[in-house]
Amino acid sequence: MGNSIIKVEDLSASYRKNTVLEDISFEVEPGSLTAIVGPNGAGKSTLMKTMLDLHPLLTGNVTYFGLPFQKAKKRIGYVPQRGSVDWDFPTDALDVVTMGLYGKIGWLKRPSKKHRELAFEALKKMGMEDYANRQISQLSGGQQQRVFLARALVQQADLYFMDEPLAGVDAATERAIMATLKELNEIGKTVLVVHHDLQTVMDYFDHVLFLNRTIISHGKTNEIFTKENIAQTYGGNMRLIGGEFQHVVSTSE
Amino acid sequence: MLSLLLNSNLGWVLLSTTTLGLAAGTIGCMAYWKRQNLMSDALSHAALPGVVLAFLLIGEKNLLFLIIGAACSALVGAFLIQWITSSSRISEDSAMGMVLAVFYGFGIMLLTIANRSAGGNQSGLDSFIYGQAASMVRSDVLTMMALALLVIFVIAIGFKEWKIFLFDQNFAKGIGLSLRGMNTIYTAVLVTTIVIGIQAVGVILMAAMLIIPAVSARYWSHSFKSMLILSSAFGGISGALGTLTSSWGSGWPTGPFIVVVAAGFFVISLVFGKEKGLLIQYIQLKIQQRQQQAKAVLKSEGVK
Repeated sequence: MGNSIIKVEDLSASYRKNTVLEDISFEVEPGSLTAIVGPNGAGKSTLMKTMLDLHPLLTGNVTYFGLPFQKAKKRIGYVPQRGSVDWDFPTDALDVVTMGLYGKIGWLKRPSKKHRELAFEALKKMGMEDYANRQISQLSGGQQQRVFLARALVQQADLYFMDEPLAGVDAATERAIMATLKELNEIGKTVLVVHHDLQTVMDYFDHVLFLNRTIISHGKTNEIFTKENIAQTYGGNMRLIGGEFQHVVSTSE
Repeated sequence: MLSLLLNSNLGWVLLSTTTLGLAAGTIGCMAYWKRQNLMSDALSHAALPGVVLAFLLIGEKNLLFLIIGAACSALVGAFLIQWITSSSRISEDSAMGMVLAVFYGFGIMLLTIANRSAGGNQSGLDSFIYGQAASMVRSDVLTMMALALLVIFVIAIGFKEWKIFLFDQNFAKGIGLSLRGMNTIYTAVLVTTIVIGIQAVGVILMAAMLIIPAVSARYWSHSFKSMLILSSAFGGISGALGTLTSSWGSGWPTGPFIVVVAAGFFVISLVFGKEKGLLIQYIQLKIQQRQQQAKAVLKSEGVK
């Protein structure tokens, strides 16, 4: 894979005295849609944050488009977990989406009407145009997630990182989000998603990365999404019900 | 002639406490969203020893030097809080409580010494505890106003940056904003506001100038911009009204009057505020209740 868009070499990270991630090396193909899966505490979010310089890197090296993060960050969009911000903040949906353009607008300058129109288009794409002027505290969890996604869309990045965008959203929002991810994928964007629902991995993602403090397996979904890999990642607590890969249920919960 | 002079001095003092209130209301709004209200209280108490030390060192009451002293000791306090929190198991609020009390106690101790020293008695340093706006001279007023305007300018010019910094730090960093830089400017602006306020409002009550206008504004505003402006306005009006009231009696401290006026605005906001004010919530509940009851009545009639 000489043309990989992300190259992670020997990454490790820790929280205080606990090492959370060790010996992480992988490469991501351009235009792929990758699910990062693993049990709670496997370090999925930490991996994402470490790659994005939001968490200190103990060892190793991460490059994007062959460049270090600092030089590539304009081309990277990040959708954090919904709970990472205070939704009580006094602002409306359109304003939050406009924040995605701040890098383009330039520091100390005000957003123009054109920027607001771009933001509105992104909201419309997420089916949120009726809520543009709604206070963000009055949006449902799924709507908040769509606002976050719209903010990432408006950035027009080449590479997207999303931390559990489908956590706690209703079916309609899940469909809207996945349709958007597919669309991004079709126009050649690369997307990495921290995902918690094993049942939908096969349907939604062409690549999968099994993670439990280190990489268990990484590759094309139809090649490596196997019982063995799932069992190894989740510690043998998983049971496959029905046909192969059809319904995966964690028996530990 | 004397009354004219007095009046004009009052005019200057009014202007300065109003500007101070504007600046404190604005930065207080940011402290509110950074969830650092107790921090401003700790910093203002921590400023006291610096004021007295500066006075003991230079031997005269020059506001600019006293402000620099105050800023230094407030920053030492801030650093201590951060250091205690990160290097021990003590939580941030405990660290703030400790620093607040210890610095204040140390400040009072130094103040007692300074008051015993030659000429110290007439120094008017006591006014730094509860605030004595009337004791300020023209040059004090000018220093204070210039710094307050600087604070407002720094916040106004980077409005968009402050907003994203307060709402979503990770995202701000992702699009290239330096969090360290923003935090440094924020602390500098906060400390500046506190130290210029302590002569007029006093170290004990300065934090109220930062906190109360912001929480009052929260009851009226649905955008960050309107909250900033309103908080600033509440601060400014409280500063002016408090100073005016305290000028009725000679030697009345300014700080408590300003704080009481600010608290008045808070009570009004709490009851009548259009965003989650008590009254509007009650009315909304009643309307909903009526509607549901009307529906229930219709239903039961339909059954018959």
